[in-house]
Amino acid sequence: MAPLYALGCEGSANKLGIGVISHDPATNKTKILSNIRHTFVSPPGTGFLPKDTAAHHRAHFVSVAREALRAWAPPLTSVAVAARTLSLLWGLDLVGVNHCVGHIEMGRVITGADNPVVLYVSGGNTQVIAYAEQRYRIFGETLDIAVGNCIDRFARTLAIPNDPFPGYNVEQLAKKAFFEPDGATEREPVLLDLPYAVKGMDCSFSGILGAADLLAAQMRKQDALLASGGSLKEGEERITPEDLCFTLQETVFAMLVEITERAMAHVGSKQVLVVGGVGCNERLQEMMGLMARDRGGSVYATDERFCIDNGIMIGLAGLLAWETGFRTPFEDSTCTQRFRTDEVHIKWRSD
Amino acid sequence: MATPEPAAAIQPPPPPADSTSTHEFPLPPILQHPSAAGPAKLITQGAEGRLYRTSWLTPTRLCALKHRPSKPYRHPTLDARLTRHRILSEARILQKCRREGVAVPALYGIDESQGVLSMEWVPGRPVRVEINEFLRRRAENYPHGEGGRGREEVTRDEEGAAPLVGLMRRIGEAVGKLHKAGIVHGDLTTSNMMVRPWEKDKGLTKGHHGNGQEYEVERSLEGEIVVIDFGLASQGSADEDRAVDLYVLEQALFTVVLEAYKETFKAAPVVLKKLEDVRMRGRKRSMLG
Repeated sequence: MAPLYALGCEGSANKLGIGVISHDPATNKTKILSNIRHTFVSPPGTGFLPKDTAAHHRAHFVSVAREALRAWAPPLTSVAVAARTLSLLWGLDLVGVNHCVGHIEMGRVITGADNPVVLYVSGGNTQVIAYAEQRYRIFGETLDIAVGNCIDRFARTLAIPNDPFPGYNVEQLAKKAFFEPDGATEREPVLLDLPYAVKGMDCSFSGILGAADLLAAQMRKQDALLASGGSLKEGEERITPEDLCFTLQETVFAMLVEITERAMAHVGSKQVLVVGGVGCNERLQEMMGLMARDRGGSVYATDERFCIDNGIMIGLAGLLAWETGFRTPFEDSTCTQRFRTDEVHIKWRSD
Repeated sequence: MATPEPAAAIQPPPPPADSTSTHEFPLPPILQHPSAAGPAKLITQGAEGRLYRTSWLTPTRLCALKHRPSKPYRHPTLDARLTRHRILSEARILQKCRREGVAVPALYGIDESQGVLSMEWVPGRPVRVEINEFLRRRAENYPHGEGGRGREEVTRDEEGAAPLVGLMRRIGEAVGKLHKAGIVHGDLTTSNMMVRPWEKDKGLTKGHHGNGQEYEVERSLEGEIVVIDFGLASQGSADEDRAVDLYVLEQALFTVVLEAYKETFKAAPVVLKKLEDVRMRGRKRSMLG
């Protein structure tokens, strides 16, 4: 049997990703042929509004799709229309894919982790997942906003740039907390007081965001006071954006590692795979590694090419489903935000 | 047209040097001193706590010592804060249960800065072990083939199941008392409930609680249900949390049923495989087609 090829279209958030991937059933080898991404970067202090993001995706997709998209459509719908157009244009099968399953399968192929506990962390999702009986089962998840959303929104509070993405800039600021403003003299970062919200294997981030925003407001008051020649109260700690970013990362990542460890203990696994945009964060990877080492295991993570939303991950998950005979009829090729990870029958795994 | 270069795959991390399951952990400082009662014994190791068996005040009074070791991935300040908070919270919950008449291990002492909590050593075995043994004994005592059974046998079965029904009732009462006291357990499995033999039965057994030896005599399901491990417990009266407690318990009890089913019926694996399909469908066979 000849190698199979799939074209994946991704556009659920501010990344428009299109990629081509192939899989050879005879050798079970996966080959990435292209992985193109164009990111919509919104101005500092703002998030990516669906309207602007959709406009971006439309502008950068094929001209055939652009005609069909003159009217408003949210990002995911825009890309779905474009994918349908390509399918008709080139006479290709359509295969609907669950976004999270795309992340998981891509992470497994790239890292070689065969049956890991998966932490899926992005701007829209926070889930701890383990495979059992042909399902990716959700062991724990956020009870409110996603961890990436919490970090992105805090970046907006501090009005730091969204280029290349807010979480990256929060990470860089957190690294600066280890140095004095001169950038050379080392210092001990200050861990400010933030709530810690873990409940069993679930966690919550909205209260933490609220508390971090309050600390940022207090910092701005200090700025104003010092600018007008005043001085801080005795014993009052000077709050800096660097310490704030450091504290936010240390707190939310500790929560993520804790719930992941609990899931690993529960299913008796020693592998952990981190996927999703927040999975690029080196501090999160480091903390996860320390936890895994203590359990005699290891952490598997990918870099920004694969852990941030991309087209090939959709292509890969689509390809695996296609090989088991799965097709999405044209009239059923809709998309939904309410498509849970554990709804997908993982027919291509039999372990 | 230039052919795009395929992206290089990321190399997976090397496997850990020692990937055996027998990972050695340092003892908490309090257990590193020589003791008349001998070395402490690691009983169980969870995601965040390790339970040791050691002694309290006198070499013969057994105690269960729970240690929440510090986590290397956590910022030391955050780590200390969480450890302290969790030890204190667990101690308060144990105390509250005691006050409200819920059978739990008695709290002996805590060292919240070291992440250590010591409590009464509950004699007896977990509900999971007791039920499994009970079912196995019954299978041995009343061997019946896979064919049909006579009326007499069914009646005898019903009589024989009385201890099990009694045990289930006592589990229900224990959980009811717990929820009535405003405590949600958070991990209500059959491993987190002990069957402590009644005081009157103690004389009948050869073993002695104080020296940590297990009983060796024929056991029944008789005994008091003692709920243990309040590491994930919280004070609260949300019906959602209580319902989750019951759901976890329901799953745990059914697991016992399936284990015994497998031991009894040799075609069980096929049925259990089919059960997975049924579970996946979530309902009866489709009426279509």
